[in-house]
This record gives sequence, structure tokens and C-alpha cells, in this order.
Amino acid sequence: MDAVATAVKNESGSTDEQQYLTFMMSDEEYGVDILAVQEIRGWEESTLIPNAPEYIRGVINLRGTIVPIMDLRIRFGLKRVEYSPVTVVIILKVDGDHGERVMGIVVDAVSDVYTISDASTRKPPELTEDRNSGFIKGLVNVNEKMVILLDVDDLLNISEDQHHSGVIDN
Amino acid sequence: MASILAVDDSASMRQMVSFTLRGAGHDVQEANDGVQALEFANKKKYDLVLSDVNMPNMNGIELVKELRQLADYKFVPVLMLTTESAGDVKAQGKQAGATGWIVKPFNPEQLLSTIKRVLG
Amino acid sequence: MSIDLSQFHQIFFEESFEGLDVMESQLLELQPQEVDAESVNTIFRAAHSIKGGAGTFGFMQVSEFTHVLETLLDEIRSGTRTMQRNYIDLFLQSVDCLRAMLGSIQAGSEPDMERAAALKTSFQDILKQSSSPGQEGDVPAETVAANAEDTAGNGDGDDAETGWRIIFRPSEDILQTGNEPFRMFRELQELVGTEHLTVIPVTENLPEFTSLHPENCYLSWILEVRSDISRDDIASVFEWVEDDCDIDYQPLSSAAVKEHTSDTGEAQTDTEQNSVVDDMAVVNAEPPAALVPEKVSEALSAAGTQKAKPAARAAKANEPSSIRVSIDKVDSLINMVGELVITQSMLGELGQDFDMSRLARLQEGLSQLEQNTRELQESVMKIRMMPISFAFSRFPRLVRDLGGQLSKQVNLVMLGENTELDKTVMEKIGDPLVHLVRNSLDHGLETTEQRLTAGKSGEGTITLNAYHQGGNIVIEVKDDGAGLNEERILNKARQKGLVPEAQELSSEEIHQLIFLPGFSTADVVSDISGRGVGMDVVRRNIAELNGSIEVKSTRGKGSTFIIRLPLTLAILDGQLVKVKDETYIFPLVSIVESIQLQKRSLNHVTGSQYVMKLRDEYIPIVRLDELFNLRSSDEEFESPMLVVVEGDNEKVGIVVDDLLGQQQVVIKSLEQNYQRVTGISGATILGDGTVALIIDVSDVGKNLDKSVKGQPRPGQAA
Repeated sequence: MDAVATAVKNESGSTDEQQYLTFMMSDEEYGVDILAVQEIRGWEESTLIPNAPEYIRGVINLRGTIVPIMDLRIRFGLKRVEYSPVTVVIILKVDGDHGERVMGIVVDAVSDVYTISDASTRKPPELTEDRNSGFIKGLVNVNEKMVILLDVDDLLNISEDQHHSGVIDN
Repeated sequence: MASILAVDDSASMRQMVSFTLRGAGHDVQEANDGVQALEFANKKKYDLVLSDVNMPNMNGIELVKELRQLADYKFVPVLMLTTESAGDVKAQGKQAGATGWIVKPFNPEQLLSTIKRVLG
Repeated sequence: MSIDLSQFHQIFFEESFEGLDVMESQLLELQPQEVDAESVNTIFRAAHSIKGGAGTFGFMQVSEFTHVLETLLDEIRSGTRTMQRNYIDLFLQSVDCLRAMLGSIQAGSEPDMERAAALKTSFQDILKQSSSPGQEGDVPAETVAANAEDTAGNGDGDDAETGWRIIFRPSEDILQTGNEPFRMFRELQELVGTEHLTVIPVTENLPEFTSLHPENCYLSWILEVRSDISRDDIASVFEWVEDDCDIDYQPLSSAAVKEHTSDTGEAQTDTEQNSVVDDMAVVNAEPPAALVPEKVSEALSAAGTQKAKPAARAAKANEPSSIRVSIDKVDSLINMVGELVITQSMLGELGQDFDMSRLARLQEGLSQLEQNTRELQESVMKIRMMPISFAFSRFPRLVRDLGGQLSKQVNLVMLGENTELDKTVMEKIGDPLVHLVRNSLDHGLETTEQRLTAGKSGEGTITLNAYHQGGNIVIEVKDDGAGLNEERILNKARQKGLVPEAQELSSEEIHQLIFLPGFSTADVVSDISGRGVGMDVVRRNIAELNGSIEVKSTRGKGSTFIIRLPLTLAILDGQLVKVKDETYIFPLVSIVESIQLQKRSLNHVTGSQYVMKLRDEYIPIVRLDELFNLRSSDEEFESPMLVVVEGDNEKVGIVVDDLLGQQQVVIKSLEQNYQRVTGISGATILGDGTVALIIDVSDVGKNLDKSVKGQPRPGQAA
């Protein structure tokens, strides 16, 4: 977490700017709103949930709360990789219809924290074949590299799963 | 500000009274009934006593009588909080040594203005 | 200073409902012939508090209604009227009515005033019959009317004079009531302004110094007020002492005052004054609400409802109401936290520079920590515990009313009323208990004639008994009636095809049939036990609380329904099982038995559905590994165990790999961060910190129904 904190490049509080925590998966860099990030942990064994979608790895005990863990690679239809001691789980928290909802996502590695202005964010191309476009909030260039910004609310909304079912069936 | 002993067996009334008085900067000690009020009065001299009339164990009228027996409470103002506007309860209270009365229902503003009347 | 009174509404509702409970239980104990003064006093006080609070917090419909019953109670209390049986009935109905009114107000809706109006009329009729009719009411009514006129008059300055000379001669002992003349002068000064008041002391009555008593007041005063203040406004200053003094009012000549009235600021003082007076009039307008002039009462109740609405909404938002916790429980918690802090600092110190020589102390510290934690857990759970008398309290009334309706003499005995159980469990057990008691009264107890014929006492007895047994609370509903009619039950069950014609059942098995869905033995479905709601619903409600119900009955002697409930919903006694690499938890209360699975006792029904003959019963078999998709069904178990569970009236055998230990587990929500999962009721955290899921037994049974849809249901035929 210290690394994350020092990586903050711009502390400007202007309203159209937001900080994003980015992480790597399959050489792509993804970003999530840092306000939704509760903590970052290492991967630990989880308890299976019967008949859950494949991308739900199970639940863990997070200081007394039962928290489901989602494998983002599987959710995005990417190639699966073995978990290692350095596999990272980002615990996200969103306000849902029934109060706060906490969930962990498994990613390859945490990358950086960027301050990104709304103006520099591009909308994702609409007529894309990409089945994950539903989770994508926007695209942005940082240091000549593209970062995919994810919509955390949509990402954690598993009840509307039918919506994205193409992803799991693959 | 003044220290006030508020006596009522109804928790909601007690809370309303003490909240109002504390809001105006007074110190308030709450008591459930006359017996408890008398215990507090024996330990400390309050500037004012506000008491309900109808209470279990010891009612407000009995409480005033008892209070007036205490050297410290000979001249301390004691106001009765009463729903009975009928004369006999007021008269009983007066006879027992009460200073005056506040007729329920009252709102916080009315309570404060009446308190002001005896405390200045 | 403006204070939002709605913050006190919740507590007002709570104490009012408590007050109503007190009134009800005292009323039920009253015998009209020998009225206990203290009981009437208690009832009066409760009504009085509700009236006062309702008035203060703006619920005028409630205070007005309570006023009439308070008036009658007061007459009984003071002995001017004797208690009658029909009064008790009327009071009881009023308690119900008030409960409903307060309930609606609390829920943010308009109370239904029709019933209140009818009751009010009945009370007023009674009050009219009095030998001293409405005496109490008439006087204040006039006062109110007079006040109202005065208030109206003030605005126009009708009876305002140009000033007053007041001759004020207090009695010698005025100081001893806490009244100080000086304070009254000050108040008057505030009313009219310093420059308009002159105070002249009169010392003529001052005694010789030697006979002067320092606690007495010997002075009198002449006060001159040069303002157009009304005499009544001045009188209000002396309101508290008017009986303890001589006071004369003389109007001052207008010429003497004229110059003052043209003063600037006068108009302002005047309006302020009037607003004060208006308020006072409202305060004083409270007596016999029924007699308050219509306009005033309308305005009051309009103000009342306006205030009430947002408050009710607020109450709803905080829905899971509060619990009242005794100071003892809080103190014991604080003590325990104190101990925990000590243990923690001891362990912290030990950890600073730990070496193996201090291992023994570490172990000791850890076991102390364990004990602290357990005690703390128990104490926290105790906070939610309430005596079962809260659930029992409604029964005296219920039995009285129903007994009357059915013309049965019933004696209700309640035991173990101080047995504590979780508040949530308490709230949910109320309805099933009511159903059982009604059932005992309606079907269990015989009529008086039948009882006498059978050589029993004419009065039937229903006993409610609660006690702790192990980690459970047991509640018994017992009657000394006719007992279950086995023959009739069996015939009915055969008619309905619930039991095959040829099959013989033991008495005990027949008794359990009454819990089957749709089973009702009463020849006539009466209003009392209700149509459509049967023992199956009672049983399901109890099962939802992780509890169980059974019945014991002896022909001619009576029946006893025995309910077993966990003490709390937050903790569950669990049986840990192993399926493949996963650990699951069965609620212990749902387990009938656990046996080694015998392949040869399995019968193939259809597809992959198996049943097993267990003694005389066929029970459906579910493989948990299959249900949860842990492995395919062609993989074989090594030495499978069968856990026979019962949920929703149906037995199901669930196949698992192994039985592990039993332990208490704290129930955690899986839905909070995830969603509902079929077959799972929740999760818990095991000693090693990992999560284990808790099996929803009735859900597993339901799931099975779907999979064998259209097939005969062998499990049910038992």
C-alpha cells in the first residue's frame, strides 16, 4: 500500500479529476476508481459457493465478513493462470441497492495510481465486438499507454449476470 | 446556569424536559418518581424542582411536602407539571408548598418561559 | 430555541405501548366487587401518562380519547363511582383502540377514529348517568371559553385600560412556597417595560424587630403599571399566588397614561405580548378535551397531525426499534471489556520480546483471552434476551375473551415467565403461540357440561410453561381437555390419502399427523382457530426459527404441545460434515439421525433418484456433492454417511463423505455481499478462520421436489 500511496503523481483536488488504481492482466492495464478500493491483499484459499458462476472463486473471511472473490480473468474471458503467492486480490466496495457490497477481484498485479481528468477520457468504441465492453467506463492514454477504466458498479453486479452471460459461457 | 431536578415517571416527558433545559444551558438531574427525587434532593441543593403529579411510589404532592421539610428546600421553587388544570390539584399542590404549576401539554418554549419566571 | 419534538416520539410510543400492556393486565385482574385501589391507581396513572405525552407530542386524537376514560377512571379512583363489569369491558376495548391508534400514528398513517368515537360516546353516556353529572367538565369549559374570549379581546384592546394600580398584599408565609414577590415584579417589568412600572413598598405591617421572623414576608406593595396591558395579563403574573394574597386592581385614569402609549416600541411589545398570551391560552385549553370549543380543538388536532407525520416517517426509517437494556447488563459488559483490555495489554507486552521461556505465560494469556471472548459473547447475546413474559402477556386477555365467546370456563396458568430468549425469536414465536392457545381452547378443552359429565372440574386449565433445556428454550402449551382423538385423526388422514388404508400407525405417529399440510379435524371450522391456517403453518413458522414442535396427548386427560427453540437466531448448534474437500454445517436441530449408508437399502425410483427404506418409511436421498456440483454422480463414495434431516414436514436423507464434530457457530450473511444460494442459509467462520456454509435443510427438500416432479412421492406416504 505504501507503494501505491507514493505513486500518486498529482494531488490536485479539482472536481473533474479522479484517481484510479491500475492493475495488470494479460499485459493490459485496467483502472478502477480508487475510492472504491478498500484494500489490497494476497490471494488466499476461498470456500466454494455451490453452483456459482465460474468466475466466482468462492468466499473468504474478511475480518468477520463473508466476501465473495471474483476472478477477473475468467470474467473477461481471458486465459486462466495459476495463482501464486504474489497473485493479488483487490477488495472493492460499492453502494448497491441493498446497502454496501464488498467483493474481491483477483488480478495479476497492481500497477500504479493515476489522476485522470474526465476530459482526457474517451468513450469506449460503441460498435465493438468486445463482450466486456459493458464493464468499460472509458479509455485513457497515460504515458503513451492505453488504460482501460472499469465501472466498478457494473463489475460487481452479478445479479444481472444474464446480461454478460456470453463471457462465462466461453 | 441553574441546576434543575426533573421528576416524571414518563421517560418521554422526562427526556423532553431535560433535553429542553439542557439545551438552554441548565444542568438537569432526572428522577423517575418522588422517592428517587428525594434521594437526589438529600444529596444536593438544586435551584429548581420540576415534578409530575401522578407518579408511582411517591407522587408530586407528597414530594413537595417532603421537600419543604428539608432545610435546604424551604424556599427552593418547586413547579408541578400537571395535566389537571382542575383547581383541586393546583390547590393541593399549593397547600403542600408548591411554587406554581405548568399545565400539560406544554411545548419547550412554554417550559423555558415558565422556568425563566422563577429563575430570572 | 426550537426543539424537534419528533425525536421523543419513538420513546413515547414505546412507553405508551408498555402503559397499555399494564392497563390491560391490571384490568384483567380486577374483580368489580372488590376493587383494589392500587390497581385502579396504576391503571389511572398509565392512562394519564399516555394522555399527557400524547398532548405534549401533538397527538391530539389520542389525548382527547384518553381523556374520557381517564375521567371515568378518576371517578372510580376517588370513590364517587363504583367499578362495574361493563366498565372493565369498555376499558379493555379502549386499550385495544388506543393500541391501534398509536400503531397507525407510529406507522405514519391516520388512525381510524370511528371506533374511538363510538367508545367515547359510551364513556360519555356513563359519565352523564353520574349523580354529579359533568361537574368537573363544565367549569373548565367555561374557563376555556372565557380565556378564548379574553385572548380575542386582547388583540382589539377592548378591555385594555390605560394602566393599573395594583395593591398586592401577600400572606406572611408566601416565601415558603418558593414564590418571591420580587420575581413577580420582575416578570411584570418584562411584560410592560421598565419605564412603565413603579413599585412602592408598604412597610406598615412590619413588626417590632424582636418579633420579626426572618422567613416571613411582612411587606406589601403598590404597583403602578402605565401601559395598556389587560388586567388578565397582569393577573397571570400572580396566578400562582392568587390564593395566598390580597390583590386589588384599580384602573388608572387615561390622562395620566397618554404620554406613555405614544412611545415607540410600544406596538412591538404589544404583539410580542399577545403571542405569549396566545400560547398560554393553548396551554390552558387542555382540560376536558371533548368540551374544548370546536375551533380550538380543530386547530390543535390539525397542528397535531402536521407534527405527527414527519415524525412517523422518521420512526419508520429507524425501523429495527430499540431494545431497552438493564443497567446491570451494560455494567457487566463494561467489566468484561475491561478484562479484555487487561488481557490484551498483557499479551501485547509478552509479544514485545518473546522467547520460548515465556511460552507457558503465553498459553495462559491465550486461554484467558479465550475465556474473556466467550464471556463477552455471552453477555452481548444477553442484551438481546428478553423475558418471555413479553410474549405471554397477551394471553390472559385472549383466554378471557375467547373463553367468554365459547362459554368455556378457563383458568390460565403461566409458568417460567422470566425465562429469557432472543428478541427476534420472541417476535416470531408470538403468532404460533396464539394459534396453539386458541387451538387448545377451541378444540382441546371440552364444554363445561362435557367436563362435568366426564367427572372433571367444570373449569378447564391451560398452562403455558417456558424453561431452558440445554441450549434451547422449551415452551409448552398444555391443556387438560379431551386429548387428541386418534381414531378420528387416522380416519381423516386415510380419507385424504395421507395414510394408506392398510398401514397401522402407533399413537405417537398418529399424533404427528396433525402437522401435515391441510389437516384439520374440527367438525366445524370455527372462527376461533381460523380457517386455512393449520398446525402445518405453526410447524413451518417454528422450523423457520430453527426450532421444532411435537405433541403429546392422552385421551381424556389432555394434550401438550412442546416447542423447542434456539435461544438466539445469531448462533446455531451445528453438525460439521465433510463433502469432498469442503466443510458444511447442518443445523443440529434439523437432524433426525445420522447413519452409515447401506447400499442394499437403496431403491432406485427413477433417473438418478433414489429412496431408502428406513424402518417403515421411504425417504428420498440427496447426494450433496451432486446437488452442489462438487463431482459427478458416477464417482463413488468410499464410506458414505447418511444424515437424515427433517425440514418442512418431510424427511430427506443427505449423503455426505464424513461427519466431523459438532460446534456452536455464529451465523453470517452470504447474501449481504453476494446473493441467495439454493440450499444454503448462510455462512460461518470456523476456528481456523476459513468460511463454512450452512445447509438450508428445507431448501434441499424443496429442490428435491422439483427434481422428482411428477413422480410418486414415497417420502410422504409414511
